Amino acid sequence: MFEKALKGNNYYWMWLAFLGFFIVVAACCYLRQYFYGLGLTGMTRDVSWGIYISQFTFLVGVAAGGVMLVLPYYIHNFKAFGRITILGEFLAIASLLMCMMFIMADLGQPLRGLNVLFHPTPHSMLFWDMCVLWGYLLLNVLCGWVILTAERKQTHPPKWIYFFVYLSIPFAFSIHTVTAMLYCGLPGRHFWLSAIIAPRFLASAFAAGPALIVVMALILKRVANFDAGKEAIDKIVTIITYAAIANMFFVCLEFFVGFYSDIPGHKHTLQYLFFGLEHHGHIYNNLVPFMWGFLLLFLVGIFLLACPRTRKQSDLWLGIGCASIFLAFWLDKGIGFVLGGFVPTPTEEIVEYYPTFNEIFITIGVWAAGFFILTILYKIAIGVEHEIEA
Amino acid sequence: MDTNRRNFLKVAGLTTLAGLGGTAVVDRLVTGAGVAQASAGESHDTEQAALAKPGATRYGMVIDIKKFHQDPSLGEKAVHACHQTHNVPHFPDKRDEIKWIWMTNFENAFPEQANLYQNEESATKKLPLMCNHCDNPPCVRACPTKATFRYDDGIVGMDYHRCIGCRFCMAACPYGSRSFNWRDPRPFIEHINHDYPTRTRGVVEKCNFCVELVQAGKLPVCVEAVGDSKALVFGNLNDPNSEIRKILKEKHTIQRNPSLGTLPSVFYIV
Repeated sequence: MFEKALKGNNYYWMWLAFLGFFIVVAACCYLRQYFYGLGLTGMTRDVSWGIYISQFTFLVGVAAGGVMLVLPYYIHNFKAFGRITILGEFLAIASLLMCMMFIMADLGQPLRGLNVLFHPTPHSMLFWDMCVLWGYLLLNVLCGWVILTAERKQTHPPKWIYFFVYLSIPFAFSIHTVTAMLYCGLPGRHFWLSAIIAPRFLASAFAAGPALIVVMALILKRVANFDAGKEAIDKIVTIITYAAIANMFFVCLEFFVGFYSDIPGHKHTLQYLFFGLEHHGHIYNNLVPFMWGFLLLFLVGIFLLACPRTRKQSDLWLGIGCASIFLAFWLDKGIGFVLGGFVPTPTEEIVEYYPTFNEIFITIGVWAAGFFILTILYKIAIGVEHEIEA
Repeated sequence: MDTNRRNFLKVAGLTTLAGLGGTAVVDRLVTGAGVAQASAGESHDTEQAALAKPGATRYGMVIDIKKFHQDPSLGEKAVHACHQTHNVPHFPDKRDEIKWIWMTNFENAFPEQANLYQNEESATKKLPLMCNHCDNPPCVRACPTKATFRYDDGIVGMDYHRCIGCRFCMAACPYGSRSFNWRDPRPFIEHINHDYPTRTRGVVEKCNFCVELVQAGKLPVCVEAVGDSKALVFGNLNDPNSEIRKILKEKHTIQRNPSLGTLPSVFYIV
């Protein structure tokens, strides 16, 4: 089926070349980082994880979000999702590959990465995260490929594949739960030490992942003559709306616990993220614009999705709504959550983090690589669809 | 109806079993971080000691803050000796900073003991900070490769050749004791001590209680550096007759953030 990715119009090749440019830039930046060390990033001993790990955290959510198509289709037999479950599965593959790239970019000694396998350590959550991420990646590759091949031959998929399809559903939940456990099990980091982190991660994932799928579906409708179907889009939008609201509900709960209990440790990071934190006469607030951007984009997005006129009348407004939700939750989890957790430091100091250009270019390049893979996968999937229709 | 009931009972039974099994697994996961040791059968008088892992040896340190306040040169000596011995680099840029032991303010060392009206001495003078060598170390729990681990004698060590540089331990340490080699440290070491390895870029490091000296029967270099001042006293916490235990019996000491249950092995006389 790969041959389908080799035939395309000019726009297709221009788009791939555009992404390829950023990938090449990132590869050069990565080589610089590889030979110099992570000192080329903005990280310090006080803010020891930066945008690599925060992108990783967000993208695990995007990968898990695909399950919101798989679950209704296979468990509830919601037929309208039949055409687009493959979009969810392929999005999961691309996101997981981005996750792996971000992890590799973040390792101080990437060549020793296999030590996690050579010295398996069940009491480390990172070990389990590796297990579930690889598991979910392989499951999606297997299920996506087998089902697409069957579709192409216009036969029913083999019975055994359903075992793996059903297995992939708890795996989707587990990848984001275990990723949350990387953070919420650490003593002394008050902002992360909260039982609501895992549900909050899942809620924002189930909004951001499907939101990206809707945006993709709307683009594919214009550029690839692929219609996901009105009923399917409507249902995904309902899922996004509820999941997005659940995430904001959880954010409000965090605020309540912090500010009503009035325990300084529980408030500091929220203050730092949303209002700026005063310390020895200086106000630290470099993440404040991002967090207010998050709230604003959420409000714009939820309005466009909830209001029947904007949702139903125009694909453009629907697309902007979904893109707003996606961006909002990227700001929330892909910027604020990880970076904010390091403020203040365990010794009650405040060190702010600013990514360097080298780091930003690597990050952009990994995203570009993800979209490169996604474009190719979607090209194959849609090529198969068109072949059947023809 | 009957089959429904039977099915329900089956599911309920299985779920209960799974739940019981699950807690056992979680218990193992959580306690798995340490090295299992045979009980020494010693009776402990405090709750903390009862929680601590039994064993013949558990090294610890008592830091007399008063003495560091009286003679600020003691701190400099300890830091210098440690960093010299362990090839700790000195970077011009603070963002690259690596430190094993350092002097800081009381409010930074004990943020959970915040006091609106600090006495002048605590507010202005410095005290040393280092790895606490916790008996229940969160860094060891978090490390995905066992590159940081607890020796049988309670010292929390590092294997610089196994560390993959994921920095999970740095996020896990509630005391900010760990540093990362953001770049090649070797050009920034003033005098290389060939008895201790230098590190490569991309690995984590921290105070190791001079495990290489202690296990050869010597004292940590910071303790040696402060000489007879007794500002730093090192010894076996599990030996009731050791000097360190005598001091702990006589003087009121505090630990950094004990509420986290990490059981630090470093005690401070305020």
